[in-house]
Amino acid sequence: MHWSEVLQTLLDTVGDILPIIVMIAAFQFVVIRRPMPNLRRVVIGFIYVLIGLTLFLLGLEQALFPLGRLMATQLTDPAFIYSGIERIAGVIHWADYYWVYIFAFAIGFSTTIAEPALMAVAIKANQVSGGAIHAWGLRIAVALGVAIGITLGAYRIVTGLPIHYFIIIGYVVVVIQTFYAPRMIIPLAYDSGGVTTSTVTVPVVAALGLGLAETVPGRNVLIDGFGLIAFASLFPMMSVMAYAQISEYRAYRQRSKLSE
Amino acid sequence: MSLKTLARPLINSLRDLLPVIAVVVFFQLVVLQQPLPNLVQLLSGVALVVLGLTLFIQGLEMGLFPVGESLAHALARKGSLFWLLIFAFSLGFGTTVAEPALIAVAEEASEIAAEAGAIANSQSVQEAYADNLRLTVAFAVGIAILVGVIRIVNGWPMHWMIMGGYVLVVFITAFAPREIIGIAYDSGGVTTSTITVPLVTALGVGLASSIRGRSPMIDGFGLIAFASITPIIFVMIFGMVVH
Repeated sequence: MHWSEVLQTLLDTVGDILPIIVMIAAFQFVVIRRPMPNLRRVVIGFIYVLIGLTLFLLGLEQALFPLGRLMATQLTDPAFIYSGIERIAGVIHWADYYWVYIFAFAIGFSTTIAEPALMAVAIKANQVSGGAIHAWGLRIAVALGVAIGITLGAYRIVTGLPIHYFIIIGYVVVVIQTFYAPRMIIPLAYDSGGVTTSTVTVPVVAALGLGLAETVPGRNVLIDGFGLIAFASLFPMMSVMAYAQISEYRAYRQRSKLSE
Repeated sequence: MSLKTLARPLINSLRDLLPVIAVVVFFQLVVLQQPLPNLVQLLSGVALVVLGLTLFIQGLEMGLFPVGESLAHALARKGSLFWLLIFAFSLGFGTTVAEPALIAVAEEASEIAAEAGAIANSQSVQEAYADNLRLTVAFAVGIAILVGVIRIVNGWPMHWMIMGGYVLVVFITAFAPREIIGIAYDSGGVTTSTITVPLVTALGVGLASSIRGRSPMIDGFGLIAFASITPIIFVMIFGMVVH
């Protein structure tokens, strides 16, 4: 690891945080005109965030991203998929890509569990709900949603079906679920769609999408390479609402058992 | 501080990371049947990630959450809807416009547009296209936080607004140029970074808990959801205007 790399990552993170700090400071001084409570602690907190995120990104770039990206390319390589299978020229079968789907599922799940933004929301949801929402339960529900989303997204790239059919059907399911899910979970479920895809998930998943679009015959990188992220943001909404519905059902059954 | 309280967060971070390490190692050794390249680098990288994550979570509780909440409380106490909305918009716009992931997507999109023949294939035109796209997304996120804050203040139910957003997305998709659709849908997901999410969440929850009659759970969450829909709509409109 070179120092220039460390510096670059640090500068990127600073560039990410700086506009926020400037804005908060401006509002604090100009509009609110009162010192911020616990200023010292807050400043230390921001320094922690800055250093923490920098180390996090550096470590990922050093250990996981190169391997993850390489894996995505190797798994989508026709030489891997068709080793041992007699291949009819030009014809592909979606089921031949089973390792890709398994990888998509596993990497979608595991990177989401490691996603810091999701941890933040889970911690907050746990605090706000007074412990009714378990941070781990929420994270696992979201991770399952991302896993299913990325797997379906990979299937879509292999088959070349248009993206908006999936998205529109997904929206319809979300709308139907909204009417049956417990009311307090709905905003959180909607939020979890946007939260999932950031620092850890996007680089690996994007490599998977581009790798697939490049190697599957008849796919266009420009048109089919995108869209995995959109899938990863859609399915957590469903899985989080389903999680709440299942928890509610179990609580209901427990109650009715007790009253018997 | 005892050793135990110091080690606890580190162990938690390691546990968060374990699944992704297991997946990568399994696929490398079992499926692709290749050795792990450079074990030392791998292990030191994992150590960095664990340490970084631990610091980040600590900083979250000390810095990002309290700032978001104290600003929300202060603005609510001030009672000026005008400043609250200005703050909401600038928070959305300001955190998005410099977002590295968005810059990358915008550059890629400009290449796609040039290859599709929608814009002239020259450096300056492409750069202008990427910049405009970036501003469009940042504007969309600003509007999203603004609308989301208005919702919290008034206690409007979330789902009708989101469904309205979906209907708009579906409707506009029918008219948008095909090359922009994938990018538009993806731009909804990339806009909210690891720093923005905790801050915006704390803002929403803080606001909902300082306005009487609002529940932090039902009214406080939801800002991120708006920020994931409006960019889809705005980017498709951008595509229709430019292409």
